[in-house]
Amino acid sequence: MISIFFKRLLLAIPVLLAVASLTFFLVKLAPGGPFDADKAVSPQVLKNLNEAYNLNASEWEQYVDYMTGILKGDFGPSFRFPGRSVSEMIATGLPVTFELAFYAILIALLIGVSSGVLAALKRNTYLDFIPMAIAMIGICVPTFLMGPLLVLIFGINLEILPVSGWGQLPGDKILPSITLGFAYAAYIARLSRGGMLEVLNQDFIRTARAKGLTESNVVIKHAMQGGLIPVVSFLGPAIAGLLAGSFVVETIFQIPGLGRFYVEAAFNRDYTMILGTTIFFSAMIVFFNLLSDLAAMWLNPRSRDNS
Amino acid sequence: MSKSSTLWSDAIYRLTRNKAAMFGAFILFILILCAALAPWIAPYSYSFQNLELGASPPSAAHILGTDVLGRDLLSRILYGARISLLVGFVATGVALVIGVSWGIIAGYAGGKVDSVMMRIVDVLYGLPFIIFIILLMVIFGRNLWLLFGAIGAVEWLTMARIVRGQVIGLKNQEFVMAAKAMGVSNFSMFRKHLLPNILGPIAVYATLTIPQVMLLEGFLSFLGLGIQPPMSSWGTLIKDGVESMEEYSWLLIYPGLTFTITLFALNFFGDGLRDALDPKTTDN
Amino acid sequence: MKYLPLLTLLFLISCSSNITPVDDGLEKQIFHFGNGSEPQGIDPHIVTGVPEHHILISLCEGLTIPNPFGDGNLPGAAESWQISEDGMEYIFNLRKNAKWSNGDDVTAEDFVWSWQRILTASLGSQYPDMLYYLVGAAEYHAGEINDFSEVGVKALNKYTLKVSLKAPTPFFIGMLSHYSTWPVHKDTVLEHGSIDDRNGQWTRPGNFVCNGAFNLKSWELNNKIIVEKNPNYWDASNVKLNQIHYYPVSNVMTEDRMFRAGQLHVTSTLPSQKCPIYIEENNPDLRIDPYMGTYFYRLNTNNSVLKDVRVRKALAYSIDRKLLVDKVTKCGQIPAYSFTPPGSNGYQPETSIAFDPELAKQLLNEAGYSDNNAFPKLEILFNTNEDHRKVALAIQQMWQQNLGISVELVNQDWKVYLSREMVGDFQVSRAGWIGDYEDPNTFLDLMRPNRGNNKTGWENAAYDSLVAKANSTNDQTERYKLLNEAEKILIENMPIIPLYTYVRNYQLSSDVKGYNPHILDHHHPKFIYLERE
Repeated sequence: MISIFFKRLLLAIPVLLAVASLTFFLVKLAPGGPFDADKAVSPQVLKNLNEAYNLNASEWEQYVDYMTGILKGDFGPSFRFPGRSVSEMIATGLPVTFELAFYAILIALLIGVSSGVLAALKRNTYLDFIPMAIAMIGICVPTFLMGPLLVLIFGINLEILPVSGWGQLPGDKILPSITLGFAYAAYIARLSRGGMLEVLNQDFIRTARAKGLTESNVVIKHAMQGGLIPVVSFLGPAIAGLLAGSFVVETIFQIPGLGRFYVEAAFNRDYTMILGTTIFFSAMIVFFNLLSDLAAMWLNPRSRDNS
Repeated sequence: MSKSSTLWSDAIYRLTRNKAAMFGAFILFILILCAALAPWIAPYSYSFQNLELGASPPSAAHILGTDVLGRDLLSRILYGARISLLVGFVATGVALVIGVSWGIIAGYAGGKVDSVMMRIVDVLYGLPFIIFIILLMVIFGRNLWLLFGAIGAVEWLTMARIVRGQVIGLKNQEFVMAAKAMGVSNFSMFRKHLLPNILGPIAVYATLTIPQVMLLEGFLSFLGLGIQPPMSSWGTLIKDGVESMEEYSWLLIYPGLTFTITLFALNFFGDGLRDALDPKTTDN
Repeated sequence: MKYLPLLTLLFLISCSSNITPVDDGLEKQIFHFGNGSEPQGIDPHIVTGVPEHHILISLCEGLTIPNPFGDGNLPGAAESWQISEDGMEYIFNLRKNAKWSNGDDVTAEDFVWSWQRILTASLGSQYPDMLYYLVGAAEYHAGEINDFSEVGVKALNKYTLKVSLKAPTPFFIGMLSHYSTWPVHKDTVLEHGSIDDRNGQWTRPGNFVCNGAFNLKSWELNNKIIVEKNPNYWDASNVKLNQIHYYPVSNVMTEDRMFRAGQLHVTSTLPSQKCPIYIEENNPDLRIDPYMGTYFYRLNTNNSVLKDVRVRKALAYSIDRKLLVDKVTKCGQIPAYSFTPPGSNGYQPETSIAFDPELAKQLLNEAGYSDNNAFPKLEILFNTNEDHRKVALAIQQMWQQNLGISVELVNQDWKVYLSREMVGDFQVSRAGWIGDYEDPNTFLDLMRPNRGNNKTGWENAAYDSLVAKANSTNDQTERYKLLNEAEKILIENMPIIPLYTYVRNYQLSSDVKGYNPHILDHHHPKFIYLERE
């Protein structure tokens, strides 16, 4: 397994380089430059600005320049915010997005697994239908609908939670985490129910029960290990989706995370920022996919990686 | 009697007995009908503004009310259905075509070809597609076809994996080996023997992808990257509704309900399909 | 059962004392300011936007400051000034007690160096033309002269600044409230970079030094900027606020919610659909202030269809501006029948644009368009924004109904929209212009030939000479007469179609005092304080 880990890790490097290159040329194709402003810039000034940021050099030169910079860990200066480097900006936004994603996953796992397992155990009873119905709602109601709704109820009407911010006012991390995590809780609930149902039908469970082990022993020690494999496999792509979903939540709740930085960089043509965040996101997704695949393999040595 | 027809009739029997799935199918049928007939059944044009009227709650003249520019909400929902369902089906279709072809070839060929093809899939899996879609929409403008293509390009990977897995499973079965022994060409193999047997999982996955795609379109609309006005999809209608949530709640409730019900229907139907086709889950 | 911990948490939170930032701010004199978007920076010679202005006005002070009680400017870093007879020379007497935030004296030499900095081409400032009225300034910026001592600004002694202009510029004092003319601290800038280093680190908290009422305390990207009272400010004894917290809230709905939840004292704007509601319910926090800005459509006069003035006028006469502001924008905007907003520093334009669909149709026929020769489809370009979309949709319908022409709406994201306008790749494009200083020239100058911001391709020699002539006299009455002539030429030719005059709409907590309406939305923080009855 270690060898697989390293092989995949090695594969990641050309992948990231490819991503960087693709993004670089894509961004350069975009009409509208970083220095286009409502108040017209004189050609002289524009030339100076382009000079300062090396935009007058040939595309290839800029590309080589940029790639060598990355290999040294330098993502360049932000075009939009003079005096700030992209690495610095990523360093401020990343921990916030991470924390948000972490809480969201935590909520998703706690609520999702517990309701899914419960539903599997109490199949076809109300304890099955109700959580699954709620899960369905979670899947079908988009975050940009759920978020403002929650804010309206808890922030404006009941006035018990802040409507925005992250770490500014007590309790301001609750609504964003729930908004982001709820949809995933729903998926995880369904997946764990499905996985548990499959496992619970198997012989070794019947054997364990026949042997007289307590129900909780059966469930936790024997069933969950196999039953939760689909959940673990799902986590990799889920985290990738979370990072994307964070854009919406960060915008609604005014959270200074990397997602918001990225969207604004795209709109502002902050080339270096776009490239830096894209590479970062890719690296994280690759990493988490790898982790989740490994975890799935570890939980069930019988299923080999399908490539 | 070939193997596949028993599987099918069995599946259909189970599907029709699944109440939730049938209900879902019924809803979908109504929706698709409404969307298709929208130009004839919509009481107003989706772009006609009645500036004097402005936003008004449901009334006799406007069954579901009007938005801030006085446009009839019911008409906009009907026309929005066309766009949203179109995005859902076409983008999924794109994903289907690419993914199924990829998966069949990889699975059937096996060996080095398979290895390379799946490696490419692994690599692409690691890309933050949302990032690229946002970038593409920002760069190339909010073109409907670009939207279809971009979303389709995101969803085909999982389809390829599933199909490949299925094909590998089928490859070693007797009827396939018999066909090969008889000298059936690869193309006929794909078309006549493999495809019918993997249609099941494909259908399931497709049905479950459509809601994902519709959610993705809504998400893009929220960021300001969705369909161009004056056309609107359910995504843009919901986004507008969220902004007027407190003062003109009908602008959110009706599109929101329609959207959610459609997703419910698709999910129930997809679940039903899956349960019907998978002999292992004896869920009664 | 498993929801018990969550419920307990919610219960605990709700029971905890509900002190909002607004309540807390009242006690500690902390002003919570909704500022729209993350500022590009706080270097007054590099930035270009309004959010940056709101922060800079608390950090740095120019020769003059805006007057919250009336028109014109009050003394700032300069306590008095004299203007020569011919209007071409200004002598500014700086305050002897004015200090930078690190205790250094503010001297005339500081201003000379600062203006040299903004006129240094390699810095890449986008506002050097504010100072082009000085002798030799444009030439220095273009690199035609290399010795800054040839530029018309000199320090006669430590506290006296002499400015020499190319022509009498009646609005020169008004221009000094724009941050491009404000000073920066030379030693600080040079310690962390060079005179023309855009990426210099002197604006970081801890490094930043300036001469305003407040000093930079902290800057969390995309989160919050905190400035605190500067004890070295010459008028510190009159500054009542202790801190200002600037929040870069880009989503207008979120900002509205934050205000209602007591997290902000003032917002940067208002969601447009909330405005009529707030007006109807007499919301006491709603503010609709006059603003020196015009919302208009640019017409590309190089376009084969639009180069005919009759077509342009037809388009202008078939728009019902009253309907537009009453039913579409709905927030107290004023229909515009001139390019310069009426009342700008006492200027009253005498132009008019009739809403006359009959006349419009007739003009279109005269231009050669009829049932046989159909008018081609027109395209309206605008940047992606709900409010612009609503206006464009309404205009599309008006032109459709009143002229029978079909119109396509094209919205692009901000950067693409800008670049298309820049190269003239448009037919009709939405535009807005806010005055840089309180004088009609800030509008009329725009439409002169060879102006980067003209973008319509319209060039009129008579117009140009009238505006130039108006700028060479200090006689207000004479000036305004000439400018009115120019304005009439503009409206007669209609390269732009004025739609409405802007208003500043936002929400302001009743705790805030001294935040008076200002035509350019400049509010000097030393007049602001928090008090509750």
